[in-house]
Amino acid sequence: MGIEKIIPDGIMLTSVEKAVGWARKSSVWPLGFGLACCAIEMMSTFASHYDLSRFGMEIMRPSPRQADLMIVAGRLSVRMAPIIKQLYEQMPDPKYVISMGACASCGGIFNNYAIVQGVDKVIPVDIYVPGCPPNPEMLIDGIMKLHRKIQNEKLKKA
Amino acid sequence: MVLNVGPQHPATHGVLRVKLKLDGETIIEAEPIVGYLHTGIEKTMEAKTYTQALTMTDRMDYLAPMSNNLVYVMAVEKLMGVEVPERAQYIRVILTELTRINSHLVWLGTHATDIGAMTMFLYCFREREKILKIYEFVSGVRMMSSYFRVGGLAKDVPAGFDKRVKEILDTFPAKIDEYESLLTENQIWKKRTIGVGVISAEEAINSGLSGPLLRACGVNWDIRKANPYCGYDKFDFDVPLGRNGDTYDRYKCRVEEMRQSLRIVRQALDGLPEGPYITTDRKIAPPPKEEVLKNMEQLIHHFKIWVDGFCPPVGDVYHSIESPKGEIGCYIVSDGTKKPYRVHFRPPSFINISALNKLARGRMIADLIAIIGSTDIVLGEIDR
Amino acid sequence: MLPEQIKSQLEKDRAGDFESIQIIRGDISAYVRKERLIDLCRYLRENPDLQFNFLSMITAADYLSRRKKRFDVVYSLYSIPNHHRIMLKVMLDDGEEVPSLTALWDTANWQEREVFDMFGIKFSGHPDLRRILLDEDWIGFPQRKDFPLTYEMPEFSHNRGRTELLNHDRKTESF
Repeated sequence: MGIEKIIPDGIMLTSVEKAVGWARKSSVWPLGFGLACCAIEMMSTFASHYDLSRFGMEIMRPSPRQADLMIVAGRLSVRMAPIIKQLYEQMPDPKYVISMGACASCGGIFNNYAIVQGVDKVIPVDIYVPGCPPNPEMLIDGIMKLHRKIQNEKLKKA
Repeated sequence: MVLNVGPQHPATHGVLRVKLKLDGETIIEAEPIVGYLHTGIEKTMEAKTYTQALTMTDRMDYLAPMSNNLVYVMAVEKLMGVEVPERAQYIRVILTELTRINSHLVWLGTHATDIGAMTMFLYCFREREKILKIYEFVSGVRMMSSYFRVGGLAKDVPAGFDKRVKEILDTFPAKIDEYESLLTENQIWKKRTIGVGVISAEEAINSGLSGPLLRACGVNWDIRKANPYCGYDKFDFDVPLGRNGDTYDRYKCRVEEMRQSLRIVRQALDGLPEGPYITTDRKIAPPPKEEVLKNMEQLIHHFKIWVDGFCPPVGDVYHSIESPKGEIGCYIVSDGTKKPYRVHFRPPSFINISALNKLARGRMIADLIAIIGSTDIVLGEIDR
Repeated sequence: MLPEQIKSQLEKDRAGDFESIQIIRGDISAYVRKERLIDLCRYLRENPDLQFNFLSMITAADYLSRRKKRFDVVYSLYSIPNHHRIMLKVMLDDGEEVPSLTALWDTANWQEREVFDMFGIKFSGHPDLRRILLDEDWIGFPQRKDFPLTYEMPEFSHNRGRTELLNHDRKTESF
């Protein structure tokens, strides 16, 4: 990661952490990764009624190399699981994952042979947003909790 | 050269993978590979009662959830021989036509964005919010409402329903004119869509295409007119047809279908009758609470329905309706118990995308994106 | 044409192709002999009164031990000019093959692949019979009745770390 490389060891830097945290949280770029029905509610959140660009998340990058946040919106099938792992590994640090909806968090109503029971069996998740599908307002609440988490993150040597 | 348009792609409307064989930039063969969203819905429905299985039908074609509810509920009603009261039929028609407009708005927003007209995305989703508010008013949920039940509706519509629907009827035609003024005579739009993805009527029938894809080739087949269901024969509407079978004709057909849907909603709302909202057969529909508290027989019916569920007679049936994507059908086999023995949905998007090779052969890669957009696929329905 | 008229015409002209023709819930539904299937479909498509030119759906159902022959392959044909529909069914044993309709309709290609993927029923004469909805190396055919639904018990405080995959049995209903 960028700034961690230049700070020397053994020094506490609270105001630099606050500044870096503020900069990181204000320009999170999400990866466009909608799988199923929750993707439509995610698209509604990006549209003009529940605007997400007021949080700095206007640009939805199609390529994982340019994104920081992966919103897994929808049910993860067993066939898609290796692909999501590859996409997560292609994202550069610092990266965050929001698991949107009941199917991504725990398998939802599909408790069977074809659906992975929760995305956290494959990639680490920061925020879980429940709902089937969650209201755009619930997703915005999840994103604001993530912003608070990013703001308070400590800088550590990578 | 073989190029993989992968499952994660901004313009494939979900997790569709297309394997392209290219010669320079011209497509020699385009093979769609599906199955990245396979959910096992049909097998899971065999483990739930008929009313519980209704909630799973919403999640298949998630852009038009009430349309899926309608086909499943009508198939079970056909199997059981249940009469639906007229008020429930009219309300079903109103909500299904609003669903059709909903689905076409998302199609228009994403199709135009893929081709480059990004403003359409914001405009269409703005209109869509109004229809989602109607869903929330009626059933409490924005998208997956599961509002229809076998025999009628879950609850009657609250007071104020017709006022809200009238608001939509008054403001929508102007919005559709606005979209047409942006796109229909636009030189860039016409250059990107006229002559792109042409298919002839015989090839379309051979490939099993249905819905706006078939009507754009000039074949006049709309199930609402050919085999009317749910009271559609009482309403007066036109079926738009195309001539050339290309992307521009499909666009014009769907925009005109939105206008005709508004016409149907207006007629249904004006003629909405009073009456019960669900069948009076107490073996299928739960009795109202006042009767349950006072009458022993109704208490037993209430108990049997909520603990067990109703059991249709042994047999199998296939019923199909006109969804926004094409002909959606539901094949149900019942063995006399309270859970369906086998449920299969005939998915229009699965069959429409199987013709991608015929549509895209000989065109360039940029045309492929326009063609995938114009087939209007929903991955939840393809993979079930 | 009404279902009764179609039934009487088929009973008159092609009685040898069918094992039984019935009218169920207002729709005509017939069990066809496996070897006469392609011939019958060609006749249904080309006869000027019937004109069943659209293949709507191909699917299957598994009756495991309730019947002698295990599988039912179901076809639904529709006539766009005449607006009528017919349902054809073929009874099969485990391991039997049924002729493919890809020569008559292109749409049969993907639908038969899906039936093969879910049930394991092979279609003879199909140009490219491989799995479509599941991974290429998946073992088993999910839609068969002896393939379990496999669900995971939800994790509570009393069984934390010990949730295993269970099979859903049609008789018990702890769902």
